[in-house]
Amino acid sequence: MASTSSFGEALDRLRGTRVWKSIFRRGPALTNRTRSLAVFGNLFLHFLPVKVREQSLRVRASYYLGSISFLLFVILTITGILLMFYYHPAVPQAYRDMKDLRFVVSNGVFLRNLHRLAAQLMVLLVFWHMFHVFYRGGYKPPHEFNWVVGVVLLIVTLFLSYTGYLLPWDQLAFWAITVGTNIISAMPWIGKNVRFVSLGGNLVGENALLRFYVLHCVVLPLIAIVLIAIHFWRVQKDGGLTVREEDGGQGK
Amino acid sequence: MADKENKYEAGFSSDAKKDPVRVVFLTKKTSAKVTGEDRPQVMTYPHLLMREAIAFMVLVIALVGVALFWDAPLEQLANPLLTPNPAKAPWYFLGLQELLHYFPPLVAGIIIPTLVVVALVVIPYFNVNVQGKPLWQEHRKRRLWIVVSALLALALLLGFMRAWTVFVPTAIIGLAMLYSYFAAAGGGSRHVFLQTRPLSWWVMTWFILVAVVLTGVGTFFRGPGWSWVWPWSSHAG
Repeated sequence: MASTSSFGEALDRLRGTRVWKSIFRRGPALTNRTRSLAVFGNLFLHFLPVKVREQSLRVRASYYLGSISFLLFVILTITGILLMFYYHPAVPQAYRDMKDLRFVVSNGVFLRNLHRLAAQLMVLLVFWHMFHVFYRGGYKPPHEFNWVVGVVLLIVTLFLSYTGYLLPWDQLAFWAITVGTNIISAMPWIGKNVRFVSLGGNLVGENALLRFYVLHCVVLPLIAIVLIAIHFWRVQKDGGLTVREEDGGQGK
Repeated sequence: MADKENKYEAGFSSDAKKDPVRVVFLTKKTSAKVTGEDRPQVMTYPHLLMREAIAFMVLVIALVGVALFWDAPLEQLANPLLTPNPAKAPWYFLGLQELLHYFPPLVAGIIIPTLVVVALVVIPYFNVNVQGKPLWQEHRKRRLWIVVSALLALALLLGFMRAWTVFVPTAIIGLAMLYSYFAAAGGGSRHVFLQTRPLSWWVMTWFILVAVVLTGVGTFFRGPGWSWVWPWSSHAG
């Protein structure tokens, strides 16, 4: 990592300072020891293994589908927080806020586009990730439990997307949620009650909007964060990604 | 350090260099076999993290590029008195909505999704054929009869319910299974990929194909009253 550019030199010098060391608990990561420290000495990186198989880094081993799903979750969190600054979960103010995003807020349309796009892409990629892992046999021992965590994460992703669908409070949102929640009432014996609890009433209205808002912005993201942490950590504990002979590289 | 009165006190020294302590337990059992990792490995930092950073940048650039030119849909203010025809769920539930068209709500809306989730959860605990042996490797005749009768039963049920959008992908997978049987029986080297697939592969591929067809039909080919429309024909909706 000995850099030749002056910027690189400055960066290397910065990494040698006392302040840098006090924050990151290490100097520049020039040896394998300090590179290991960079991973397990960092709260956010210690979910990852210190070493990975060279084969598992190849694009065709994973297409980085899990990583990209997680990165989409990060993008959705950031754009979601920004959108929350302009949003009231009330009828009909929610819809007016959509209009404000379009006509009043600087780059409001762009912000909403980014959030919507990333959300649709995340649903798609989480499905693709699951099918890809299945075809590679990534669910086989010792990865059984992590597969189950993944299935739950898929369901949480669907619920996140679905609860967000209602928030613009336009015709599309209202009727999509009406159609979806009508299915719940087909549940034997408890269907009507479950629907009442999820909507806060018998119809999609103000209470449903508030409930979906709280689920979408607080409850489901928290559940997702915990499950994602377990999911990553278990990849490490279960011995890394499943690698196969046809992944190429110098592996045997 | 022991003092004069207590010379032979047992204990651990805090100075590992001066008084090294080695404790060995000998048991009759053999220890678990440790298999070494012989595949080449690289450090997560920087090799994996640098790739993740690049993936993040490419992703953000692509998303920004699309978000600049494509607008998120926004329709009129929600109106409980004005039902659009058809009222559609989000795209990832349109496969279920398509099923609702054929089967009663309890079956299409509750039982089938529950079974799908349960099936997905039990996959790794369903310890049959972990090695992934090809379906047609052994007991071929008996397996052929089981597959054919299962396919016929499914085809009859779907035909009876007139669930054609489920019937067609099921028929495609069924024909591919039969083709792979005869290709394997002929000892041919054609389509070895299909010949060597295990049953789990066939079931998952069938599930994915049905899900994709149902979602696609629900999204693009369904109009007023859930009737069949072509996506290019305009209709008053």
